[in-house]
Amino acid sequence: MSSGLPFFPPSASTVASDVDALYFFILAVSAFFAVAVSIAVVAFAVKYRRNKPDDIGADIHGSLTLELIWTGVPFLLSMVMFVWGAQVFFTLAKPPADAMDIFVVGKQWMWKAQHPEGVREINELHVPVGRPVRLTMGSEDVIHDFFIPAFRVKMDVVPGKLTTLWFTATKTGEYHIFCAEYCGTKHSGMIGTVTAMEPQDYEAWLAGGRSTGSAAQNGERLFSELSCSTCHKPDSSGRGPWLGGVFGSTVTLTDGRKIVADENYLRESVMSPNAKVVQGFGPQSIMPTFQGMVSEENLLQLIAYVKTLKPAEPAAAPANGKEK
Amino acid sequence: MSNEAAVQEPSYLGAPHGLASWLLTKDHKRIAILYLISVTIFFAVGGTFAAMIRTELLTPQGDLLTSDLYNKVFTLHGVIMIFFFLIPSIPATLGNFLVPIMIGTKDLAFPRINLLSWYIYVLGATITLAAVFNGGVDTGWTFYAPYSSLSSNTSVTTAALGVFITGFSSILTGFNFIVTIHRMRAPGMTWFRLPLFIWAQYATSLVMILGTPVVAITVLMIAAERTLHLGIFDPKLGGDPVLFQHLFWFYSHPAVYIMILPAMGVVSELVAAMSRKQIFGYSFVAFSSLAIAIIGFLVWGHHLFVSSQSIYAGLVFSIITMLVAVPSAVKTFNWTATMYKGAISWESPTFWIFGFMGLFLVGGLTGLFLGAMGLDVHLTDTYFVVAHFHYIMVGGGVMGFLGGLHFWWPKITGRMYNETAGKIAAMLVFFGFNATFFPQFIVGYMGMPRRYHAYPPEFQFFNIMSSAGAALLGIGYLMIVVYLVYSIVKGPKAPANPWGATGLEWEIQSPPITHNFHEMPIVTKEAYDYQHAPMPQREVK
Repeated sequence: MSSGLPFFPPSASTVASDVDALYFFILAVSAFFAVAVSIAVVAFAVKYRRNKPDDIGADIHGSLTLELIWTGVPFLLSMVMFVWGAQVFFTLAKPPADAMDIFVVGKQWMWKAQHPEGVREINELHVPVGRPVRLTMGSEDVIHDFFIPAFRVKMDVVPGKLTTLWFTATKTGEYHIFCAEYCGTKHSGMIGTVTAMEPQDYEAWLAGGRSTGSAAQNGERLFSELSCSTCHKPDSSGRGPWLGGVFGSTVTLTDGRKIVADENYLRESVMSPNAKVVQGFGPQSIMPTFQGMVSEENLLQLIAYVKTLKPAEPAAAPANGKEK
Repeated sequence: MSNEAAVQEPSYLGAPHGLASWLLTKDHKRIAILYLISVTIFFAVGGTFAAMIRTELLTPQGDLLTSDLYNKVFTLHGVIMIFFFLIPSIPATLGNFLVPIMIGTKDLAFPRINLLSWYIYVLGATITLAAVFNGGVDTGWTFYAPYSSLSSNTSVTTAALGVFITGFSSILTGFNFIVTIHRMRAPGMTWFRLPLFIWAQYATSLVMILGTPVVAITVLMIAAERTLHLGIFDPKLGGDPVLFQHLFWFYSHPAVYIMILPAMGVVSELVAAMSRKQIFGYSFVAFSSLAIAIIGFLVWGHHLFVSSQSIYAGLVFSIITMLVAVPSAVKTFNWTATMYKGAISWESPTFWIFGFMGLFLVGGLTGLFLGAMGLDVHLTDTYFVVAHFHYIMVGGGVMGFLGGLHFWWPKITGRMYNETAGKIAAMLVFFGFNATFFPQFIVGYMGMPRRYHAYPPEFQFFNIMSSAGAALLGIGYLMIVVYLVYSIVKGPKAPANPWGATGLEWEIQSPPITHNFHEMPIVTKEAYDYQHAPMPQREVK
């Protein structure tokens, strides 16, 4: 799990070199200023060392020119760092559209992952190289943080919402997964291994894994077990809206606000149905809360299922137009 | 106001006598001593916890302490060092002692409130220590919810109460300084004749009174969620855990400036005095303190780049974070320029300034790495952050505190300490500190997360270096206690002005009389007028 260098982490993702480049730039600027100021301090101390106890220094009060220079130069340099840092950050924050989805759930003190095809693993994550992977992450208890140093990616896993993190592995190998947000007794044991594999090896690994059905299949089973399907029906006979095509669409709420129905919106609608009610189903939703009844893992499966649902026939009706 | 006249009256240390005269004193100088003793005790307690951490981390396995105990140890190290040592360290000791003297008055505006603030500090500290003995606390000093509010089964409520109460001591001190600096300056002591230490204390006081109430309310909300199950932060109760981080860092980032601004004030005094030269760019140094205090309130979100806060909020926090680097750089350049064509004495306070400058440079510059968002993603919550903030708080804050203590020790105690010992200790602390924390930058970039009880074996080499450095650092600190205490007993008597420095505190006897001045001083000169500076005095006449 080392890079060959005993003092530098391996670089095994597409963004790793971007992050490292920014690191070396700031390191160079910092080293320049640290060395320059240190040399000046030592040189002055030697050159202007007091000879007699009552020696005094020269009568100098300041220089506006110098003040402007050493205000302006650090300002400009820090703005370069800001823009560069923001660029790298936006790359890290926006997963490519074709990324494959893996669900991750953090709980004290383990990581559970589920691949789209249904293979699950604990404290391990197998991924193909060369393909963007998007992790959608939830927490069962407290805040955790999913950190892969070799990929230079890190994201908090926050209870009450879903967060995402993406990477494209570039080098096969095994790398550390750390929990980077303190989470209690076995925080330092909440670690794992990510294995980056050639795509064909990944396929073979998936085929050999034990699957209990894909995430969407499990979600479909839950959708019926939890009786979601009694109200959310494909025709307009249900007491709730049909959910086909809702994901990614813009929905209008009872207060007139329009929001995009993303993973976090779907999650919130299950846990706190009254938080954001779709127009025509309010002001109070009749749906009960599923807080405490569905685990984060089940939620992710339900969301995966909802994503697969098609808009109801006829296709002309918008997803949220069922209230009419 | 000559020294000959002054020797006639007993110093503040001698009159009156007795324990009660100390515990009921309204003299700002005696309250400074009470604080100095208290913060030293807490520094020793916090240092003991640090020693336990470094011993555990010698090996990767986590074999000395249990995980739970380790988690409590690093939590208590942080809580005690921050709330009971670093925050009160310079303001409540050197600040308490020097603010009235430097501006030419008898005492702070509210001497009784000053004493009250010490008692509040002691009460808060006692309650926190009660938490230590009642099972400890394991949330980290950051008390992140919902771990602290529902998951942890340790004495979080007690510790939170201790921090809450201690906050009031900080608020009262800040309030007292602000009123004093506004209302009680001696005739002729205009704002731009104030020593830069006063500007720094003023800026610090602003942060104390504006920020501390927020953290007090925040820890109270944690206590309320734990005991009453009010849904504030825990999503299971309808709360928002990220809200806690906003509230917490709204105070706790500016709190870093509570620790570093007073140290910057100390360094401004020391650089001028040890170079016997007017400070370079007085008004730039003065206003950069205010700029740091004000901009410092708008950067808290840089602790939340990976916490799921909006990426656009992150952008704003990142750019403002970069801006706060500018006034810090301005100060550093001005200190360096002050030494140009100075008459630099190689006495021990100078060694502490050099230590401060070297460590603060590294601490400040590594802040840029963390302010750049894309890089912070990799670095946050690793040992890189641990190293960075120790360079600021210990490398900057503690070096500044110790530098100031060495500089004003003759004034405070009326005794001289051993010069050679002072220089050796400064070098031990400087090298020990670097050996402890520099390897943590490297191991942090490699990915070692903070607050890890056990770690992968490839990080061991750097952890051994850190632990060895910590031992050296500990010896350095112990040495200071020994020779400073020895100086009180056996040290030669200090003259009024051993450094030949300007400033009202050097015009009165060492140690000062209870009312500081025999007659109200009238200020006719700018600060740091070293063209007319008095001779350094070597012996007491």
